[in-house]
Amino acid sequence: MHTAHFRPLDVESIRKDFPIFATEPPLAFLDNAASTQTPRPVVEAMDAYYDTYRSNIHRGIYRISEEATEQYERAREKVAELINAPRSRQIIFTRNTTESINLIAYSWGTENIREGDEIVLTVMEHHSNLVPWQLLAQRTGAVLRFLEITDEGLLDFTQLQDVFTEKTKLVAMGHVSNVLGTINPIQSVIDAAHAVGAKVVVDAAQSVPHFHVDVQQLDCDFLAFSGHKMCGPTGIGVLYGKLDILEEMPPFLGGGSMIRSVERDVSSYAELPAKFEAGTPSIAEAIGLGHAVDYITQANLAAIHVHEQELLKYAHNRLQEIEGITLYGPSAPHQKAGVISFNIDGVHPHDVAGILDTHGVAIRAGHHCAQPLMKWLDVIATVRASFYLYNTIEDVDRLSEGLCRTQKLMTRRKQ
Amino acid sequence: MNIYQEELLDHYENPSNYGTLPNPDISHQEDNPLCGDQIRIDLLIEDNIITEVRFCGHGCTISLAAASMLTEKIEGKSLDEVKQISKDDILDMIGIPLGPVRLKCALLALKVLKAGAYGITSWPGEEDE
Repeated sequence: MHTAHFRPLDVESIRKDFPIFATEPPLAFLDNAASTQTPRPVVEAMDAYYDTYRSNIHRGIYRISEEATEQYERAREKVAELINAPRSRQIIFTRNTTESINLIAYSWGTENIREGDEIVLTVMEHHSNLVPWQLLAQRTGAVLRFLEITDEGLLDFTQLQDVFTEKTKLVAMGHVSNVLGTINPIQSVIDAAHAVGAKVVVDAAQSVPHFHVDVQQLDCDFLAFSGHKMCGPTGIGVLYGKLDILEEMPPFLGGGSMIRSVERDVSSYAELPAKFEAGTPSIAEAIGLGHAVDYITQANLAAIHVHEQELLKYAHNRLQEIEGITLYGPSAPHQKAGVISFNIDGVHPHDVAGILDTHGVAIRAGHHCAQPLMKWLDVIATVRASFYLYNTIEDVDRLSEGLCRTQKLMTRRKQ
Repeated sequence: MNIYQEELLDHYENPSNYGTLPNPDISHQEDNPLCGDQIRIDLLIEDNIITEVRFCGHGCTISLAAASMLTEKIEGKSLDEVKQISKDDILDMIGIPLGPVRLKCALLALKVLKAGAYGITSWPGEEDE
């Protein structure tokens, strides 16, 4: 999304960091919107923790515990830099995007949402940015309202004025749709939400890994994403929040690390970020995430975005040649991130995925944790291919050839 | 060798016993929430024997082919014999190795049959768990 100068990606040398691509023919891994592969430097950083300074963080009065604490906090600083958070203590480590959003819903939501208040979502939300708000609405008597989308799969802006009112207390919205790939104009939504006094949660699980996101520029109140979709390990996610909001929020989980002092009946709580990190956290995973941030930053996020756009344009052209294919989402690749959802007429998405798998192409078929969107599209499921920095034109060719063969095999006698 | 063998594709494209029965003695339908597949089975029973069977629904090749093969297998059999049909019998019919997700596709028809005929609600192969 940036126009800064950068070197194009050296995909060939990037792929050497991923042993999973060393087979011949290489795995065509096109399920990156679900989870990405892990490069050696990330695995090596986690190995170094386990092999040389494995210990718990924060209270150890010995060298390797100090080292672990330092590396864990260094990871927090790297994440803060990545999204331009003013202070590293605004970065809370969680398990994943889902936990980050649940943290907001329980801690901030229970304190601030009252009966009759309105929470605005869109019909394209992932279940992780829908179900926590349903639960909050059930607990508080708040009302969920939905922004609809156009036939193209773009946010329908004409309804903003009707939906955003003084009753709107919270807007929770995906930055990029995990099904359609739509890049939502969140800046305009955030400005409109703030104009009526609402807070905004951005589900950035599909954006932070793929292009530069600046929380100060966006002025969002909360932002959540996962490590495992950006070359990091599973089990580590991030919640960013504005400082004054996080400071006023009550704790989410109680336990060790999140306290200042504990009496029999009451406790006082630690400062940020410890207040929200009860118990021993995912130490190796946080360190791994820090190195994943280094990895994608060194590759250059602007270059990653351009690379994915090229793959997307090429895939759009190749896939449109396939008989009976329906592509979902915006037709203009520049309105999309590297996600392409489709169906082949008369072929069940699971059969498409099953046949592609026998050709060494990994794609996802199903409802993609977005059942309301499936209903809106009037389909049971879709097939989805999604790209990352290590994918190649050859991967797209193999997808496209596999789809042609699938189409012929499954509809051979119907013509 | 493709996992989509001729025999499976034949059943998928020209399923046996596809449709519904006007006055079935037993009619039962279930979904596989994982992938949205849906199968209904209708049975006519006379003297404890399945005299007629139909199935309908939508799903992938594996789930519809398994349903088609299962209906062929049970027509004319007694309810006691049918009750003995196991997960492994279905896998033998399918004849190709299946991962855990596709296993559910293959077993959906048997699950529907056993739930409708005997009130067994667990997935075949998981009865004791």
